[in-house]
Amino acid sequence: SPLFHKFLKEALNKVPKDKCVTVRDALNQAMDEELERDERVFLLGEEVAQYDGAYKVSRGLWKKYGDKRIIDTPISEMGFAGIAVGAAMAGLRPICEFMTFNFSMQAIDQVINSAAKTCYMSAGLQAVPIVFRGPNGASAGVAAQHSQCFAAWYAHCPGLKVVSPWNSEDAKGLLKSSIRDDNPVVFLENELLYGVPFEMSEEAQSKDFTIPIGKAKVERAGSHITLVSHSRYVGHCLDAAAVLAKEGIECEVINLRTIRPMDVESIEASVMKTNHLVTVEGGWPQFGVGAEICARIMEGSAFNYLDSPVTRVTGVDIPMPYAKILEDHSLPQIKDIIFSVKKTLNV
Amino acid sequence: VRKLLSIVFKGAAAVVSARTYADFTNEATFEIKKCDTFKLDEGPATQVVMTRDEGLQYYRTMQTMRRMELKADQLYKQKIIRGFCHLYDGQEACAVGIEAAINLSDHLITAYRAHGYTYTRGGTVKKIMAELTGRRGGIAKGKGGSMHMYCKHFYGGNGIVGAQVPLGAGVALACKYQGNSELCVCLYGDGAANQGQIFETYNMAALWKLPVIFICENNGYGMGTSVERAAASTDYFKRGEFIPGVRVDGMDVLCVREASRFAADYCRSGKGPILMELQTYRYHGHSMSDPGVSYRTREEIQEVRSKSDPISMLKDRMLSNNMASVEELKEIDVEVRKEIEDAAQFATTDPEPPLEDLCNHIFHNNPPLEVRGTNPWSKLKSVS
Repeated sequence: SPLFHKFLKEALNKVPKDKCVTVRDALNQAMDEELERDERVFLLGEEVAQYDGAYKVSRGLWKKYGDKRIIDTPISEMGFAGIAVGAAMAGLRPICEFMTFNFSMQAIDQVINSAAKTCYMSAGLQAVPIVFRGPNGASAGVAAQHSQCFAAWYAHCPGLKVVSPWNSEDAKGLLKSSIRDDNPVVFLENELLYGVPFEMSEEAQSKDFTIPIGKAKVERAGSHITLVSHSRYVGHCLDAAAVLAKEGIECEVINLRTIRPMDVESIEASVMKTNHLVTVEGGWPQFGVGAEICARIMEGSAFNYLDSPVTRVTGVDIPMPYAKILEDHSLPQIKDIIFSVKKTLNV
Repeated sequence: VRKLLSIVFKGAAAVVSARTYADFTNEATFEIKKCDTFKLDEGPATQVVMTRDEGLQYYRTMQTMRRMELKADQLYKQKIIRGFCHLYDGQEACAVGIEAAINLSDHLITAYRAHGYTYTRGGTVKKIMAELTGRRGGIAKGKGGSMHMYCKHFYGGNGIVGAQVPLGAGVALACKYQGNSELCVCLYGDGAANQGQIFETYNMAALWKLPVIFICENNGYGMGTSVERAAASTDYFKRGEFIPGVRVDGMDVLCVREASRFAADYCRSGKGPILMELQTYRYHGHSMSDPGVSYRTREEIQEVRSKSDPISMLKDRMLSNNMASVEELKEIDVEVRKEIEDAAQFATTDPEPPLEDLCNHIFHNNPPLEVRGTNPWSKLKSVS
């Protein structure tokens, strides 16, 4: 009957329309929306305009916004990063892309000494609202000079916020927050995640969807052990958790989302529940994200709840090799996480 | 007769006759050195007009900068100023000449020899000196020190040699982007001129026609290394290769002003960047920890002081053109001395920043956050 059809139509319209969006498209949407929202926002970097982005993250933006807002730079990281910082000091809101964060080393003085420290040195007179973004960490077969993870390097420095999204929602919500933040943000993407589709809720698809910087997310609740990770390895942790669940081990998986400031409270709350902690990252072990988590847990209220020392799962402490078999064994695999969980639980 | 009288009574304690301002020449034309140019069909004018008011203002400003730097020298030797202190005395004509040619709405950035520019850009002597002594009344509340002073449209004060040059081009990009006809004056020294990031910046500034005036303050020495020992080409005004350049007598405030006007016109007409080399000299060593005589002779310093001092040159010009009296200039000296003394008094008595301020100003527009102190039980507070 027509009344029933009307009722059905209304009911269906109320059902949330989740969509599958790749991380690449989520980043693209975030930039598109922020460029539209605020005319002071602009993007500069190598190949971001006419090439549509080295990894196609900025696809379509130059066509839509033109030369003034989407700027192709020469291969001059130190120069264009400094130019971006100067533009931020003078009132614009630049997004400075590093083709990969490996190349940011050429410009790291501008990120740290010109961007991060200026608000403090000027006693708050001079703000630097800038986002440095680009792929970070290992890719596939790109070897040692193109595979380093810079999370620990940047997260070491006061004055910076360091963000590391995992899925599409993270990518979009956190990039929008980063662009709206009045301070320097280092936004660490992952090349291997660009093409991966994730479900995005209708809420996440809206133009005003932001995720707060500095807050972790519990991706999976569990009671036996806490796994903390960031970026790509959140996925590995969830996969490991699925396997372990079949053996009756329930893992709580925390997605850090932000490296600095780190949401230690969320980790502590989880550890107080599970009594065991494993950190998982792609970066090298020494002086890394996992090392920091260990130190913070020891210094805080959750220490007394640990039934065993914290375990770190990290990349192997070597420059990244090229051959596939070697590369595969240079980074945490799901079996490494499973092994570490069982060792930590002593099962 | 008046000229004779003024020479006779020079240095006299009492003013013999009160002279009204009507007695003085209101403006005069001066011949200044012709600038070498690079990739330019014409250069700055060689005949310039200076009014009495302008002359008095330049004199007062340069004298204030000179006295301020000398007071800083004194305070440093008394260990009331600590850390790095890079003094600008000798180079006053550069800062004053540049500022005379631009507007306060324009932008300026320089390296660490920045006290003079902080002043010409609008900082007060009081706040500059209190920053040097690390007090809460300092221009950066004691957080920055000698090398990190900021005020409106003045972006420091930068400690990393050469890093300010891309920053300056970025400020210029913002000017062009916002379409406000403002420009950025971007200064660096002869030492910094060999930095790679400067060449990266030349390229992008020229490519994108950014309204930036690059200015190399060539004082002959990068720390203790003379220009001949550091640069394969010491024609710094030509180092921009595809950017037109002008080489200017940096000891003559009128030369600097005229060249800066020329450069500002060039920039504002949308032609892109231009490069100025100011040939100048610093009396002090590189910083207060450098006596400045191991790599150059005392005779050289003395010769510049006696033959090319920017303040003396201006004073002679004004007196010989009847634009001011000796007494009048002496009066300015007395006023300047008092201003510096008052500022030094403030800078030595103002309290240090409160410890509560330690962790503040890390971020802008941010909710308060907790900062780890030196040990895990020390939880400090940071507000924007």
